[in-house]
Order: sequence, then C-alpha cells, then structure tokens
Amino acid sequence: MFEYLREVVIGAKSLLVGMAITAKYGFSKTVTVHYPYEEIEITPNFRGHIDLVLNPKNGKHKCISCMMCQRACPSGCINIHAEKPEGAKKKQLVSYHLDFTKCSLCANCTEACPTSALEFSNEYNLVGTSRHDFHFELVGRLNARAEALGLVAEEVAVPEPPAKPDAGETQSPDSGE
Amino acid sequence: MSDLVNLLFTPPLGILVAVLLVVVFVFTNSAVLVYVERKLCGHIQRRPGPYEVGPFGILQTAIDGLKLMGKQILIPNGADRKLFMLAPILSFVPPIVAMIVVPFSDSVQVRDLDIGVLFVLSLAAVNVLAILIAGWASSNKYALFGAIRAVAQNVAYEIPLLISLLTAVLWTGSFKLSAFVDAQTGSVLEGANWFVFTPWGFVAFMVYFITGMAETNRAPFDMPEAESELTAGFHTEYSGMGFGLFFLGEYTNMLLMASIATTLFLGGYHLPFVTLGGSGFFIELMQVCIFLLKTYGLIFIMIWIRWTFPRVRFDQLMNFCWKFLIPVSMINLAVTAIVLKLGEL
Amino acid sequence: MIPNPDPTQETLVLNMGPQHPSTHGVLRIVLKMDGEYVLEAEPILGYGHRMHEKMGEVRNHKGFYANVGRMDYGGALSFGHGHVLGVERLSSIEVPERAEYIRVLTTELNRVASHLLWFGAYLLDLGAFTPILYAFDDREFILDLLEHLTGARITFSYFRIGGVCCDVDDKFLDGAKIFVKRMRERLPMYHKLVTGNIIFRKRAEDVGIVTRDMALKYGATGPVIRGCGIDYDIRKTEPYSVYPDFDFDIPTDDKGDCMSRYKVRMEEIEQSLRIIEQAIEKLPEGPVMGEKVPKKIKSSGDCYMAVEAARGELGYYLACDGTDTPYRMKIRSPSYSNLSLLKELTSGILLSDLVSVMGSLDLVIPEIDR
Repeated sequence: MFEYLREVVIGAKSLLVGMAITAKYGFSKTVTVHYPYEEIEITPNFRGHIDLVLNPKNGKHKCISCMMCQRACPSGCINIHAEKPEGAKKKQLVSYHLDFTKCSLCANCTEACPTSALEFSNEYNLVGTSRHDFHFELVGRLNARAEALGLVAEEVAVPEPPAKPDAGETQSPDSGE
Repeated sequence: MSDLVNLLFTPPLGILVAVLLVVVFVFTNSAVLVYVERKLCGHIQRRPGPYEVGPFGILQTAIDGLKLMGKQILIPNGADRKLFMLAPILSFVPPIVAMIVVPFSDSVQVRDLDIGVLFVLSLAAVNVLAILIAGWASSNKYALFGAIRAVAQNVAYEIPLLISLLTAVLWTGSFKLSAFVDAQTGSVLEGANWFVFTPWGFVAFMVYFITGMAETNRAPFDMPEAESELTAGFHTEYSGMGFGLFFLGEYTNMLLMASIATTLFLGGYHLPFVTLGGSGFFIELMQVCIFLLKTYGLIFIMIWIRWTFPRVRFDQLMNFCWKFLIPVSMINLAVTAIVLKLGEL
Repeated sequence: MIPNPDPTQETLVLNMGPQHPSTHGVLRIVLKMDGEYVLEAEPILGYGHRMHEKMGEVRNHKGFYANVGRMDYGGALSFGHGHVLGVERLSSIEVPERAEYIRVLTTELNRVASHLLWFGAYLLDLGAFTPILYAFDDREFILDLLEHLTGARITFSYFRIGGVCCDVDDKFLDGAKIFVKRMRERLPMYHKLVTGNIIFRKRAEDVGIVTRDMALKYGATGPVIRGCGIDYDIRKTEPYSVYPDFDFDIPTDDKGDCMSRYKVRMEEIEQSLRIIEQAIEKLPEGPVMGEKVPKKIKSSGDCYMAVEAARGELGYYLACDGTDTPYRMKIRSPSYSNLSLLKELTSGILLSDLVSVMGSLDLVIPEIDR
C-alpha cells in the first residue's frame, strides 16, 4: 500500500516536472525560420547540381571535353557533345547536358575532372512542373552567367547546332520514357 | 426598444433566440479553440503555429472549415451508410443541447432545469454511442478497435465522474446548476466559498478533471484515436465535414466538461474574494467574462497536458480508473457525507 | 476487408502497414489478433527494395559512394565508413591519420543525430508529440554542421576511398564544440521530460523483453543486444579505424526491455559526445586524402568489414576479382536482424506494446529492404 502511494506521488511529480518544461519552452522564443520571408544563410559548400566553372577573366569555361566526368558518373546523367572544328587542334565543347533527375550528387564527376572545370552550384531553390525542367544545358547556363557579369559570351567556332536535350536520352536505354 | 428586447428574450421567441445564441457560441468556441490549440501546441514545440492566413493566422480555422466543407464525403464500400452519416451528427448535437443549462451569469442561462446535472450527464454519455456507431459503421478494423476501446473507456470513466459530481451534489443539496453557483458566493473568509477550496472538494475536482479528459477522449487518454496505433481510430474513414463534425463535437465536449467543472467546483461566475453585488448589464458582462476565463483556463490546462505526455496504454488506463480513481472518489464521497452530517449536528 | 480465413476461430487479421504511422516507412506487418492482443506478428519486407547490393556489383567502388547514404537515412556516414574501410582493406590503401579522425568525428556526430531521430520517433509512437520537435531542434544543429562540411544534410557522400573529400575548417570544429556543450545541457531536460515521466515508464518498462538467448539466436546487435546485458560493440570488440585511441564506455543494461534499450541509446549519446570531444582535441595535422590512391581502384580477394552503425553491426562483404568493381557485395544491415526478433517478442502482447517494441528496436526500413 505504501509502495503504491509512493508511486502515485512520484508519478504525479514527474508529470508536473514535464509540464513545467513544456511551459518553459512554450513561453520562450520560437526557432522557426519563416522561409519565404526569411532565409537562412546557405553554406558556400552546399552541393547543388553541377555547373561549369566560369573563368572570371574571359567568361569562358575550362572544359577540354575529355569525357572523364561522363565516364565517372555512376548514374549516367552527363552527356557531353564536343566537336573538332576544321583546322583546330583541340575538341571544343558544344553542349554539356546534365540530367539532374538521375544525379545523386556523389561528386565523382567533379573529382574526375583533370582541369577542375566542374563545380557544385549553390542552387537550392529548384522547382519545376515537369521532370524535363531538370535537364540542364550547362554551356547555356555558363553563357548566361557570363553575360550577366558583362563578359563576352563563349564563342563557339562551329555553327552551333540547336541544343538537343533529348540527345542523351536516345543513347541511354534506361531513360525511362 | 425595451419591447423588442422583451419580445426577443421571453418565451416563446426567447427560447429560439437563446438556442440560436448557444449554437453560435458553440461554433465560435470550436473555431477559437482549434486555433488556440494549434497556436499553443506550436509554441510549446517552439514553432509559431498557424500564421499564414490572416494576421497571426487567425483565419486559419475558417479556411480549414471551408476546406472541410468543400471536400467530398467518402463512404467506404460495405459501410452502413445511414449509421455512418448519423454518427458525426450524434457526436455533435448532444453537447450543444447540454450547453443550454450552463449558467454563464445570473441571467445568461437558457434553461435552469431542476435536474441540470443529470441532464448534462445523460447527454454527454451519448458521445460514446456516436463513437461506437462511427467505428462499427465504418467497416474498418482500425475504426472498430477505436470503437471498442471508446466503449470500455467511457463506461469505466463514467463511474468516477458521477461519483465526483455526486460529492458536489451532496455538498449543495441540489441538482440545479444555479444552486451550485449560489452556494459558492462570498469570500473565503466568510466561510462559504468555492467547493474546490475544501479538501474533499479538491479531490473531487481532480477526479472530475482527469475523468473529464478521458470522457472527451483527449490525450493522454485518446485511446479511441491513438493515431500511432490505430491510424485515426474511429474516424479513420471519415472525410470532409463528417470528420469536421467529430472535431467540433470534441471541442464542444471539452467546453461542456470545463464549464461544468467551473460551475460545480470553481464558483461559477463568482470571484473568490469579492461578491459582485447588484444587477445590470455590466455586472452580467463581468460575470460572463469571469465564467469564460475560468472555463478557458481549464481548457488551456487540457491542451497543455495533451502536448506534454505520451499516451497511456489501454490496460493501464482501465487499471487507473478501476483501481485508483473509483476507490478514491468513493472514499471521498463517504468522507464528504460524514463531514456534512457532523456539520449539521 | 480481408475475410477471416477461419470463421470458427475468434481471431482477426489486421494489416499494419505498408502505410501506417508507426511502421516508419513501408514495412508491413500482418497481425493475427485476439481482441487487443497480438497472437502473431509477421513482418513482410521488400516494399522499399532498390537493389543496392546489385548496384554495388555493377558500379565501381567510387560509384557506390552515393548509394550508402540512401540505405540508412539516419546514420548515412556509418554506412559510408564501412564501405570505404572495406575497399581500403582489400586494395591496401593507406589513409592519413587526420582523415581517419575526421571520419570518426563526423560519424559520431551522425550517430548522435540518428539517436535523436530515434528518440523523437519513439516518443511519437508512444503518443507524445513534443519531444520529437525538441530532438529535431538539436538534430538540426548537427545537420547544419555536417552540411557546412559536406554540402549535404542527409546523404553526405563524404568519405572517399583513401580519405575524406574535404578538410574540416575552424567553423566546423567550433560548431562541434558548441554542440557538445549544448547537448550536455539538453540531455538532463530530455531525462526530466521523458525518462522520468510515469506514463512513459509504464509504457516502456517490462515491455518486449529480449533475453540474452534470444538476442544471440537472432543475431541482434547494437543497442538491442547491449540492452540485454551483452557489451557487444564493434568499436571495442573488433576495433577499426582510430577508435582504440579514444576513451569511451559501452553502456549496457541488464533488463532487456524497451526501457533498457532507451537508456542504452540515451547513454550512447553521451559517450558519442565524449568521442567527439576527444577527436577534436587530438585531431592531428596533415593531409586528408592518401597520396597513393590510384584513380582506378583495383582490388582482389574478399573481406568482411564490420562497423558499428547507430543501429548495430553493419557489415560489408566484398568479393573482388581484380577489377574496379566488386564481383559480389553483401550488406549485413543491423535493422534486418533486429527486426527478426519482432515475431517472438510480440506474440501475446497488446497492440500498443507492439508499437512500443517496434519503436524501441529503432527500425529503419530502407536499410532493411535495401
């Protein structure tokens, strides 16, 4: 009987202690960040989708079209189209197609790149109404950034073929169409 | 002007007006309580709660109500259609009807029945029937489990609830709700005062409060819902306004339970140390405010408890009732009777 | 409704899951019930099967980095740790000491985050809503720290074969120190709010008792086996990485019920904090990536590499045939073995207790299904 009453008293006390804690937090400041109105600082290390590194001096990329990233990618989401213009010694990048729907951000491509031409973007506000919104053309993105900075856009020697986002899809059988 | 007032507030039209006022009050109360509960739980959990719709989110419940009304009411295959539709109404209407005997102030009371306490109790007991019907008619095993639990729980907790109220009835010698309020006037120093200030009154109040939480199926006694075990318990299959009515019913039940506690144990619309003398509009208004303040204070504690504790287990719930609450309340009743008798001698 | 298979028997078959609030994912449990009592609980797996083992056999070693985090969303770094250690052992790759310290530091942070997630989810199973948000408040701090270091919040892909992908900076180390301090202040609050609470104690004590024999029979590991008095922790029994350098205890509890597992996990948070402190203190200077790591990692032979994940023993069995892709990969995930206890644990108990037992086993379904 005594044991039972003791347990009742201890139990009641433990309940009151719990209520004191929730009351304390109930009157303290909330910790929520009201996202659309407030934004927290995103760390510069944040890994968004990959992007070509922009050379701030001439607004060009560093890609040498060696296809290392395409080979390193475990998910097969990179598709590079490069052409050798007549008279030129090196291949030139025409389009760099990234299928972000398949990418798992493992960093194999950025680490495989011999010229450090790839970086992770800081973009976290990605939203789209269709899965095709996440097929990125990185050369186009680079040019847009360069233009925004007031730099001369990347000149491609060959007449640029229309960017074909579907080019990669026809080659990979598992694109899930 | 006074003719119009007389016409509106005397029978037969007066009854209609009064009932309408009660219904309006009950709906407003539910809307406010949903908002308050969400806001409180938000702050307890260190988040702001609703805050997007309207200033500080006060229109959130209105929008939610609209959304619920706009939703399709799905009736599952194999469900008993008539019973399925009846259950939410049955859960919502009785507590509203019971509200008519609650004395908000000296004259703000729709009907002062001689058997007020019994009236409230009999109507509050219909809630369990609504849950049983909802669970049974849903043709869903989780809902059925919720219904089974609700019946066992509510029937068991009705006993200490009745006994604790009986203690108050013994003390007052009446079933009339206004008699309880009248018995609790005066200040502490004059002797006669709130029932809760007497030791047996305090015990009866605690028992009533705990059982009241169990009767209204609030956490930590929300066995019939128990979403981590029974997904949503008895209202698993309800959508749209069917679900909405259960929600309204729950909050109205809370209000009813808290206002009965206020009337019987916490001095109704009286203050503990001063007596509000005289009559008139402002005195009445003050009394209503005092009454609502006490009632919502109790509801606040219920909400606070809900967002602090885990849910008890079903057998522990029953043990707690049969092995603790019922003996305690019975001893308390006996002690009250003896003390009252000795006082008479 | 599934018709009752035998109408003469007064039992009822209840499908718990695959969508149910307390199965934490896509686990399905078929319950044979007599009223509120569970007669038999049969877990049915595979709803979240994504062929991670097969993917490990198709992709090369480096390509598997991204997969490890997808198996266990709670403690992704432990899964990465086991994988890189296995490949390094097979290919005899040296890892700089600093990298190994960073691995331990981040893994332990991740373990605390995982235990906090479990703490919240368990209390949610028992019907308390508030503790999960307090726990997430702390967990968020860890995730912010790890995001600053690795760039991701859940699926880190941080460990590399031969080291880690980037070095820690002062901001991370200071943050980790602040976190240790903060967590030490918060733990007593958790104990007051939850551990002492009479309702919680009644729900967890003497419920789902795992005996030593049962734990050994089913191969239970982690807090489940430590909760029944066996101090089996890979970090001590088969030390790997730089764990021998640290001074920490293996908390155990004799009773084997849900409360024991709860206590063991809460104590493990404290022990992890101790390791984090020591790792920051002892962190050596030097590179974080081995110098002689080949671009194409070729390995041969086979090995079983076990590490202590937040939920128990995690093992990678790798059989390699000299190419850069494993010939066979088998993952022994801790929750899978712990789940197999469920059937024996839950026969004859209440439905509410089943929820409590499942919560206390700390099941992560993607890791069971893989």
